[in-house]
Amino acid sequence: MATLHTQSTARLMMAPAVVLLLLWMLVPLGMTVWFSFLRYNLLMPGMEEWSGFDNYYYFLTDPAFGTALVNTLLLVGGVLLISVGGGVALALLLDQPFFGQGIVRLLVIAPFFVMPTVSALVWKNMFMNPVYGLFAWVAKFFGLQPIDWLAEVPLFSIVLIVAWQWLPFATLILLTALQSLDEEQKEAAEMDGAGPVSRFIYIVLPHLSRAITVVILIETIFLLSVFAEILVTTNGGPGLESTNLTYLVYAQALLQFDVGAASAGGIVAVILANIVAIFLMRIIGKNLDA
Amino acid sequence: MARAISPRRKWTITVVAWLLGLAIFFPILWTVLTSFKTEGEAIASPPSLVAFDWTLANYFEVQARSNYFKYVGNSIVIAVGSTLLGLLIAIPAAWAMAFSPTKRTKDVLMWMLSTKMLPPVGVLVPIYLIFRDTGLLDSRIGLIGVLTMINLPIIVWMLYTYFREIPGEILEAARMDGASLAKEIVYVLTPMALPGIASTMLLNIILAWNEAFWTLNLTASSAAPLTAFIAAYSSPEGLFWAKLSAASTLAIAPILIMGWFSQRQLIRGLTFGAVK
Repeated sequence: MATLHTQSTARLMMAPAVVLLLLWMLVPLGMTVWFSFLRYNLLMPGMEEWSGFDNYYYFLTDPAFGTALVNTLLLVGGVLLISVGGGVALALLLDQPFFGQGIVRLLVIAPFFVMPTVSALVWKNMFMNPVYGLFAWVAKFFGLQPIDWLAEVPLFSIVLIVAWQWLPFATLILLTALQSLDEEQKEAAEMDGAGPVSRFIYIVLPHLSRAITVVILIETIFLLSVFAEILVTTNGGPGLESTNLTYLVYAQALLQFDVGAASAGGIVAVILANIVAIFLMRIIGKNLDA
Repeated sequence: MARAISPRRKWTITVVAWLLGLAIFFPILWTVLTSFKTEGEAIASPPSLVAFDWTLANYFEVQARSNYFKYVGNSIVIAVGSTLLGLLIAIPAAWAMAFSPTKRTKDVLMWMLSTKMLPPVGVLVPIYLIFRDTGLLDSRIGLIGVLTMINLPIIVWMLYTYFREIPGEILEAARMDGASLAKEIVYVLTPMALPGIASTMLLNIILAWNEAFWTLNLTASSAAPLTAFIAAYSSPEGLFWAKLSAASTLAIAPILIMGWFSQRQLIRGLTFGAVK
């Protein structure tokens, strides 16, 4: 019953959300674009001047950008590999009937609710500390030399920490998708003599493919912006070994006060995230029609 | 229909699943246990799982030394405040989208979701400068505003999916009976929408409580929530694992329990309906 009256009421009700989000998106983003074309350092106020594409040239040709880009891709790729691979395996396991299913499920999803600074510091201190950490104790127990995780393999260590946080998310989504799989279909395949492996490849995996895609896309969007875990463990170091794009832009802006270069970096990050977002939006859009 | 499986297989799966579950949960369990140790026992080698002198001293000391409850208070104010403000803005919008959809509704919704995909560093510099110039840096009001905006798309989206499940005929019947818009909302819609609103609220408090980009970048001390307070333990001098654990346990316990109750909402809210 969409009369003209209800139409305008509806518009009025949507207005605050739409206007606020529009302002939130356009004003700061517009400012970032504007700053990215200025020579603008907070240590030299009043010296701002137009500099064209200098900031982009500076940011993109800075070796730190290449390092940070590679680190970002390794971080996202590594976490995806562990969380999606492990998530599929865990979901398949938890989908089977066993005693205490509900409790195990709660145990598995718990890490997702731990705030990033807590999980990073717990791992950094109580597990990865080279002298007192549990990993060091385990290494010594087996007569091995303990390694200083965050100094020797900083990026890998951060991948482990972040993967621990996101494995539960992947597991939960994939388990939900798995539970919507038609049991009869699986049984029919079983009766036709399909073994567990071929049932997995021809029935389960195709059914999961969309959920897996969604998990990959959503995790990628969040993983491109990993920040707190790096800040409290390695500060991006040693050197630039664990600096990702988000951390690099943060360092440019709030540690070196170079607003121009940081803004150019921010725009580069936005463009990268958009590439992923386009694919995700397509899937969401299709689902909204259905 | 559950398929019959042999008891032996069931027991094998039970053992494997419990071992894996406990392994994944172990860092949390270890944090909780460490919070009851003395600083000396916390770094003891070999570590003891439960055979140590249990003490509550760390909890008292965290409060005495650093006024822990100030940060708890900030976390609560920021998480609850931004969620309530978000609901206030989102409920009318989601209501309109669900019950008076137009051709453009879907586009508006998609556009809202797309703002959630903007990486925060893309707007870090201007937000920081605006906050600095308007005195919002390190203020709870400022953080409530930012967290409201970053979670608004998820709130609108979740409410929309819940509201859409309410049959429209009921509203039409109410309108036929001459109910005004206000009455329609108070007497018809609200009771039916309450469970959805509550779920949305729960998930958003969790997300806002754990948010650790803006809270770390926009606070120093007076408005710092628990995320920022815990981050201060990253300084290399001294080993305060037992106190870190006590602070961490208190910071994650309430949210973990809320999280356990909101698994379904998590799926709905964070996959944007792409997985059901």
